[in-house]
Amino acid sequence: MLSLKNLSKRFGGVVAVDRVDLDVAAGEVHALIGPNGAGKTTLIHQISGSIASDSGEMHFCDRNITQMRPHDRVRAGLARSYQITSIFRRFTVLDNLALAVQARSGTSFSFWKPVARENALFDEARSIAAQVGLSEKLDATAATLAHGEQRSLEVALALATRPKLVLLDEPMAGMGPEESKRMIELIKRIRAQVAVLLVEHDMDAVFRLADRISVMVNGRLIATDRPEKIKMNAEVRKAYLGDELAA
Amino acid sequence: MNKVLTTGIILGVAIVFPLVMHVLDQAFYISFATRILIYAMAAASLNLVLGYGGMVSFGHAAFFGAGAYIVGILAFEGVTSLWVSWPAAIAVAALAALAIGAISLRTRGVYFIMITLAFAQMMYYVFVSMKAYGGDDGLSLPSRSTGLGISLSNDFAWYYLVLALLMIILYLLHRLLASRFGRVIEAIRENETRATAVGYPVFRYKLLCFVISGAIAGLAGALIANQTSYVGPALLHWVQSGTLMIMVILGGVGRFWGGPVGAVVLLALEELFSGSPLLGPYSLHWQLPVGIILLAVVMFAPQGIAGAFAKKPQ
Repeated sequence: MLSLKNLSKRFGGVVAVDRVDLDVAAGEVHALIGPNGAGKTTLIHQISGSIASDSGEMHFCDRNITQMRPHDRVRAGLARSYQITSIFRRFTVLDNLALAVQARSGTSFSFWKPVARENALFDEARSIAAQVGLSEKLDATAATLAHGEQRSLEVALALATRPKLVLLDEPMAGMGPEESKRMIELIKRIRAQVAVLLVEHDMDAVFRLADRISVMVNGRLIATDRPEKIKMNAEVRKAYLGDELAA
Repeated sequence: MNKVLTTGIILGVAIVFPLVMHVLDQAFYISFATRILIYAMAAASLNLVLGYGGMVSFGHAAFFGAGAYIVGILAFEGVTSLWVSWPAAIAVAALAALAIGAISLRTRGVYFIMITLAFAQMMYYVFVSMKAYGGDDGLSLPSRSTGLGISLSNDFAWYYLVLALLMIILYLLHRLLASRFGRVIEAIRENETRATAVGYPVFRYKLLCFVISGAIAGLAGALIANQTSYVGPALLHWVQSGTLMIMVILGGVGRFWGGPVGAVVLLALEELFSGSPLLGPYSLHWQLPVGIILLAVVMFAPQGIAGAFAKKPQ
């Protein structure tokens, strides 16, 4: 579904992403792990188009998306969430989601008809809110939500674009155990319809969710394999997992 | 207070005002109120980009002045019909906004403020250097625009025409802001990155919003040229852009009535402190009390006057 070939990005003298090849298959939860500063978020930015790549190619659903603009990638079915929560803070939860639904249903160069009367938008926004457990908070302003709820809204905004593949950049960052559990359940539920590329530091979540895991160190992918194989991989243990699994 | 009721009261006062002034034999204030209505339209157009779109344009006088000059130049060339000159003013202002916006909107924050200011000053010097159309001295219009079958030199007719146009523009803005397009514009103001990430081609929306705003400022410009029967480069000067911005901030950034309220209050304060016997010999320094009041509003009502009266904080 998503296929990266030889993708690179350098910032001045620093090679953040170094000749990365990566494939995400339909229906797969593919985890991307690695120490801080390994280049995971840079890679997510490249895939979503918010950072231009220096070299390499990206194909998504048989289309070359290397030069495609970010909003067109979203329309092609490639959505993302952010590591640092990025929501419409002064909008209500319902309006946040309705806005994301609106983006893919008909033109928004419409100037006369009040959007409030478009029940279809809000019905779908409500059903997405229900999916992520925000049904009780529909009329709350996004800025007033608890941290975990904002993280859920963040993921919900990506899902509301009805993607084929969703890039989740540390969806559980800063979440308590209860909230993490709910997020894991959510990802389990959506995997039937959406492929997931998951960047996450919570190894428990990663090993419970992932079909395959890619390990990134210093901009390079050092391994891609099934979770049980990754656990055994000597290079990976040395570079990253070692301490945690040895304990 | 109920929104419909508020609007009704505002409209009622605006309709009755000239009649009262006529009875009181204060014809000057009819003309003064017309000027306020025109600035209300210009300020509302700025509020669309500044308050709703989050684009801090410091060059809105360019569109206001361009609209005015088009009416002035056409009148000078013998074209006085408002059916020609006003649409021309709107079209030229919209085109100017398209050109300036297409370049400026590639920048953000302070750079956007500076580049819009720079473009407006460039336009200012273009009109200053047009000797054929008066250069520094500007142009006097032989008469107000024609084409409605009634003389717009009549202050009553002129006032009610301007009022009607302002109400039409405000209604259009009201519809626009509640539409899909309006929601997207506000979403971009809230979080441009996220608006892109849910699939909106952000630049196109911002540019179109900028053009719509420029077109409305152009119409306001066409009206101000008629109001004073004179156009001069001062209409495009950055001080004019600043005045419009102060009106919006005073009235309420991103508040529907922000622009009009700001125009009423600022122009009324100017009038109160400059021309009147209130300050006696000190009325030369009318900017001081106006400045102090502005400062007080910014400090104690950061949401502007319209914001201070609204129930829902934003």
